[in-house]
Amino acid sequence: MSDTLTYVYAVARDVDDAALDGLRGIGGRPVRVVTVGRLAAVVSDADRAEFEERALEERLEDLEWLAATARAHHHVVDTLGRGHLLAPLALATVYFDDDRVRAVLTDSRETFDGVLDRLAGRAEFGLKVYARRGGRGATAGRERAASGAEYLRRRRQALREGDTALDEAREAAAEVDTAVTALAVASRTHRLQDATLSGTSEPMVLNRAHLVPVERAGELAALVDTLAEHPRIRVEVTGPWVPYSFAQTQQAQQDQP
Amino acid sequence: MTEPESFELTPRATSLFGDEEVALVDLLDRLLAGGVVLVGDLTISLAGVDLVRISLRALITSIAPVERPGTRGGTQRSGAAASEAVTARAERADRELEPGDG
Repeated sequence: MSDTLTYVYAVARDVDDAALDGLRGIGGRPVRVVTVGRLAAVVSDADRAEFEERALEERLEDLEWLAATARAHHHVVDTLGRGHLLAPLALATVYFDDDRVRAVLTDSRETFDGVLDRLAGRAEFGLKVYARRGGRGATAGRERAASGAEYLRRRRQALREGDTALDEAREAAAEVDTAVTALAVASRTHRLQDATLSGTSEPMVLNRAHLVPVERAGELAALVDTLAEHPRIRVEVTGPWVPYSFAQTQQAQQDQP
Repeated sequence: MTEPESFELTPRATSLFGDEEVALVDLLDRLLAGGVVLVGDLTISLAGVDLVRISLRALITSIAPVERPGTRGGTQRSGAAASEAVTARAERADRELEPGDG
């Protein structure tokens, strides 16, 4: 039994060998391709021990390993994705060897072609919207309350106003999202990021991914520019991303909530 | 290989760890809930919900600091209470990630 596995980063079309020069994946391993016709699985070796079932379960609890693996996966996908049509695979997809990858590629050829056709000429953009702080109600409680009752009254009012501000932010975010959705060919909702993870104190009210035709990216930028001074919300666009959120088979798409 | 001009849209998210151009949290949104899901040879294709749950728990428990005094009704939390709060948050995240709830 070999002590290495084949880790698959993405499935691409017409990969230019020169693009693989010096490209390193997880564990600093060189990246190569396993090809079937025009399709290419972008792969590297991976330590078997590192990816054995129990090992992986443990490692997934290890944030540093998870972050390093995610970064390495992204580096490969993002680097190749700039010049190639590709569909990234989910994190940590491994096979026993290259022959197994070749078999999967052969068996699922039509599926991959379908996924790639849908992604051609399109890029993913993240749309994240936060409720602005410091709107109405921000002054409540700033001055020292004269009494406990006064303090409680102000606090209740601040909470009410906070709720209203959040509702208004959600509404404004939904409007922005509708406008962006109109530019997109597909859209998907991601979970809202916890403030501890997003690194911002403003509550997130929307986290979406939009698959946008490359030629319309300028319109998206222009739209977002007009929102810079919005009183209720702060809008953040990330990307262009390799279309992670939209690299799915038709079946998976239908199953999606 | 140059990027098309239309890709000159460069607002970058604030990063969890500050120094990388792509925020890890945005990357994990995509890597754990996206990408083509294939059944690999080892049954470690935890991609999707399970992986998200595990990783999110790891993220939360490793990053979440003690609740700041005053953020939850002003009660000062002891270390034990704080870790309970973190656990509760991880469990809430679990619930939010139940299939069909996404």
